[in-house]
Amino acid sequence: MSTPAVSERHQSIPVEFADEEESIKITGFWMFLMTDMIIFASLFAVYAVYRSRTALGPTPQQLFHLGPTVLETLLLLTSSFTVGIAVWAMRHNRLRMVFGWLIATLVLGAGFVITEISDFVSYMSQGATWHVSGFLSGFYVLVGTHGAHVTFGIMWAITLLLQLRRRGLTAVTRRKLFTFSLYWHFLDIVWVFIFTFVYLSGKIA
Amino acid sequence: MPAFLLYLVHTLFPPDTRQPTELGADFMILVTGIGIVYILTRYKKWRWLWREWLTTVDHKRIAILYLIAAIAMLFRGGVDALMLRTNLALPNVQPIGALEYNEVFTTHGTIMIFFMAMPFIFALFNAVIPLQIGSRDVAFPRLNAMSYWLFAFGAMLFNISFVVGGSPNAGWTGYPPLTELAFNPGPGESYYFLSLLIAGIGTTITGINFLVTIIRMRAPGMTLMRMPMFAWSTLVTSALIIFAFPPLTVALALSLLDRTFGSSFFTLGHGGMPMMYVNLFWLFGHPEVYIVILPAFGIFSEVVPTFSKKRLFGYTTMVISLVSIMFLAYGTWVHHFFTMGAGPTVNAFFGLSTMLIAIPTGVKIFNWIFTMWGGRIRITVAMLYQMAFIPTFVVGGATGIMLSVVPADYQLHNSYWVVAHFHNVLIGGTVFGLLSGLYYWWPKMFGFILNERQGKVGFWLFVIGFWVTFLPQYLLGLEGMTRRMYTYPFGFGWHELNVISTLGAFTMGAGFIALVYNILWSLRYGERDLTGDPWNGRTLEWALPSPAPEYNFARIPVVHGVDEFWAMKEQGMTLANQLRPQDVKALELPKNTGMPFMLGLSFFVGGFGMVFEWWPIAIFGGLGVVACLIYAAFDYDDKEPLPADVIRHTEGTFGRLQA
Ligand code: HEM
Ligand SMILES: [Cu+2]
Repeated sequence: MSTPAVSERHQSIPVEFADEEESIKITGFWMFLMTDMIIFASLFAVYAVYRSRTALGPTPQQLFHLGPTVLETLLLLTSSFTVGIAVWAMRHNRLRMVFGWLIATLVLGAGFVITEISDFVSYMSQGATWHVSGFLSGFYVLVGTHGAHVTFGIMWAITLLLQLRRRGLTAVTRRKLFTFSLYWHFLDIVWVFIFTFVYLSGKIA
Repeated sequence: MPAFLLYLVHTLFPPDTRQPTELGADFMILVTGIGIVYILTRYKKWRWLWREWLTTVDHKRIAILYLIAAIAMLFRGGVDALMLRTNLALPNVQPIGALEYNEVFTTHGTIMIFFMAMPFIFALFNAVIPLQIGSRDVAFPRLNAMSYWLFAFGAMLFNISFVVGGSPNAGWTGYPPLTELAFNPGPGESYYFLSLLIAGIGTTITGINFLVTIIRMRAPGMTLMRMPMFAWSTLVTSALIIFAFPPLTVALALSLLDRTFGSSFFTLGHGGMPMMYVNLFWLFGHPEVYIVILPAFGIFSEVVPTFSKKRLFGYTTMVISLVSIMFLAYGTWVHHFFTMGAGPTVNAFFGLSTMLIAIPTGVKIFNWIFTMWGGRIRITVAMLYQMAFIPTFVVGGATGIMLSVVPADYQLHNSYWVVAHFHNVLIGGTVFGLLSGLYYWWPKMFGFILNERQGKVGFWLFVIGFWVTFLPQYLLGLEGMTRRMYTYPFGFGWHELNVISTLGAFTMGAGFIALVYNILWSLRYGERDLTGDPWNGRTLEWALPSPAPEYNFARIPVVHGVDEFWAMKEQGMTLANQLRPQDVKALELPKNTGMPFMLGLSFFVGGFGMVFEWWPIAIFGGLGVVACLIYAAFDYDDKEPLPADVIRHTEGTFGRLQA
């Protein structure tokens, strides 16, 4: 691996940016997040237009359960905190701590996904499938895309753990952990919007 | 067993793929396929193909792969076009019927935009950008290969629809409800959505790749305002791609969900709303037209100074107009459906924003003209295309402005006027630009010069053919001929103009043949480019031998201004005479990998399975995708050392090393 001595570049830069090549990859990842953000923006726009198009199906107010979604919010916000600690530990070279907090993140994420799936299942068992209305289509696809992202993130975290176990903290694994945390925080922010614009405002309106 | 076989044959080859044109295509594909396999086996080239091309991550080779695909697709799209024009040449004479006509205009448009213009542009990005900004590669070489294979397999999926299962037939824009299952059963539209989704992922990645390359990998001293204009246009185009392709992805994915999984986004009942698709599509679609035109602008900004022997006039205003076009491009999408009925306020806003774009575009036109003004102009093929571009594009822009006048658009919308307008800008702008760039950078890509005499023959056929084809179409539009009609009766006064238009189309076809002939001829007899600088160029790519060695620069140059290579030549300090043996350092190059190819293949298999809703195959392809990603995550072996001696040797054979 080409790992130019970390200390050669400015000390003030966080370690994950110390290697030029890896830092370019982080820039690239930001660009990717931008495209992903626009995917979500488009889906939000679709949802905003479709939320009143309930056809013969339920309205948002009739459909949503706030309980599970509050739980999901708690789980995901906490997992954003734990992944933050994992990055802090990475910067201080504490591999065991990285493991612990990354696993915690993963478990919280899994809790989120399971809660979301069971919530969806209960909606669908009442007959609220996406075939029923434009509103339900927009809802399932917006929230489901986010859920699919979280699921993908969990699989990513697992491969990351395996790489960390084999290689420890190198320029490459540091950068991978850091980009994973960016991804995870991003999903958290998207969720905040989903929670407010879909669930809360749907329940109130 | 026979029942199963019968089912297979019936699904894969339904009656409408068993017509003479399709059978002819089947035959051609079979013959070409067998020919290729035979040649590769006969000359034992399979390993070579895999090692040198299918697994390559070198941007210069990927450029060549893109170019081959683009020219093949230009051929396919062109044959489609000639079929359309033949059907319209005379009233009530229909060699291909209505159904097939729909399929052919759909594949023509889709292929020309997504599978011809885009890869052609990416071919030039790949061939030129790293060299021009003084870099050894793009930022992410492996992702670059991935982009290519996603594009290539997406294109393949789209192209086989013609002979396997049936083509899409709802136009290149794929509007619902025409694409909904209820109105359009069969695999055609699913092919359209899936292949564009797959290729679109590749395109998005390319946008990210070149944006990061230009932001982060410029040679020392090359500030943004010292970049060659082609690099600027690539930067802006990449930004447009990043913001424009996600809405397309969403539009296509939602349509696919409607078709295959029964959601209700764009259905007529169940609270669906077809106009939502149209909005999403054009949110992508209008920026897309700038994605394909801005690279052409960039090419002309290189070609004009070189062949006028003058610095580009108004560098700063060129940059400002590029950037303002980028922003304006997002604010005009509604002009594609003024007739939706959004009301006068909305339409007035989008009409005005559309007209505004003409201002920065006009600035650029004037700058090119002022660059030529008083210059020592050399009329090469590249320059000829530029000189044909200026009047052609001005007409295309002016007719676009006329379309942006809302009341006029209510008349002109969906008429042949629109067809003439967008071909005027797409051919007169994008295609002329790409051909100009092809002639200009060909020596850099391949090490020999395309024959200029033959190039000029092709040029005149192409340009005259263009005008003969499309000028009559404006008039047909004014006379009320609507687009996408497969035939028309006598007595409307349309037939003279249609005959002329068809003759023009065949003239353009002859121009294409001249281009291919020129390539094949020059491959053998063309003048070799031994200096690396056949045109007396101004930017860094000409400082390198043609074709550039795999590491590009033995030593990265330091840049002091715009047109750095020109300055070097004036001071007698080109890279060629600066390099001392002790300056050469060992390098690390990205290592070849088969993963991108396998990933593309998996997407292809998965996509094919989904088109026919054969779920085991679809899942198999999906698992392939996951396997490739996991493999890539654990593959740390992505670099290869290149010893200094090898570099010294290479530079020595080019005569570029000081004794
Ligand atoms: C000053 C510049 C331009 C203006 C004002 C303009 C304006 C317009 C308008 C108003 C339409 C919609 C017409 C209708 O459907 O009723 C249109 C269609 C179109 N334009 Fe332009 N345009 C300009 C430049 C370009 C360029 C540079 C390109 C591509 C290189 C382009 C490609 C297209 C295409 C492909 C369509 C039709 C798409 C379809 O409906 O299938 N335009 N243009
Ligand atoms: Cu437009």
